[in-house]
Amino acid sequence: MTFNPAKMMDQIDLRRFGGHGGRLGIRFHARDAEWVELAMPYAEDMIGDEDSGVIASGPIIAMMDIATSLAVWNRIATFVPHATVDLRIDYLRPARPGRTVIGRAECLRVARSISFTRGIAHDGDIDDPVAHVAATFMVPSGSYPKVTP
Amino acid sequence: MRLPPYATLLGAQLEYAADGTPVMRMPFAEAVLGRPGFLQGGAISGLLEVAAIAALRHALAEEGGGRIKPINVTVDFMRGGRDHDTLAAGIITRLGNRVANVEAVAWQDDRARPIASARMNYLIERA
Repeated sequence: MTFNPAKMMDQIDLRRFGGHGGRLGIRFHARDAEWVELAMPYAEDMIGDEDSGVIASGPIIAMMDIATSLAVWNRIATFVPHATVDLRIDYLRPARPGRTVIGRAECLRVARSISFTRGIAHDGDIDDPVAHVAATFMVPSGSYPKVTP
Repeated sequence: MRLPPYATLLGAQLEYAADGTPVMRMPFAEAVLGRPGFLQGGAISGLLEVAAIAALRHALAEEGGGRIKPINVTVDFMRGGRDHDTLAAGIITRLGNRVANVEAVAWQDDRARPIASARMNYLIERA
């Protein structure tokens, strides 16, 4: 089967697939050879701090978990089931209430069974990021296909 | 205790352990589903966050209250979250004047077999 990442990823609209990503309204935003972007519109039921209206960190982790995972598949140009081993997130500043949050993720390296990624979440200006993420994934059985650099 | 709207999105409810500390319970539901049959990692992370917030608000309430802001979170995913209720508790390692260090753990049937854990640092703004 030939895999066309552009075709697959450009059609991602998790709202149609349901699940947690759908509940959060996460959808495809943009893609390049080196990165994948998802978008998550602001919603009041994501609020983590009632006084300020700032969304909780959980929805940003959820989006970045999906975005970094997609970045691995974008790099290897195929789909391989894998599991998140760990995800670290630094909150650089609160996301502004009302703003759509964009998550850009890139794959740093695909080893035999582990892949390494990083990502940035922002709310309009990637040079003024909301969060920085590092995530690793593991293929539970077997290995990733070899990638020719 | 007041919990953020995000806890409702996750379907998480507040319970209390025998020692009076908060424990969050999240039923398995469509809104927290990832790949078929498993919880989404972000939903587990969210539950860990809500458990940490509950633990901090509980502890701060005894010290006059205050606001909390997340600095960073590191989540380790140990097991897939299956079709069961998930429980989560926050354990405060240190509640300082400005920073709190919290560990949170999520489990299903057996607390000794966690599905995920997290280390979190929060900025504290005391009332």
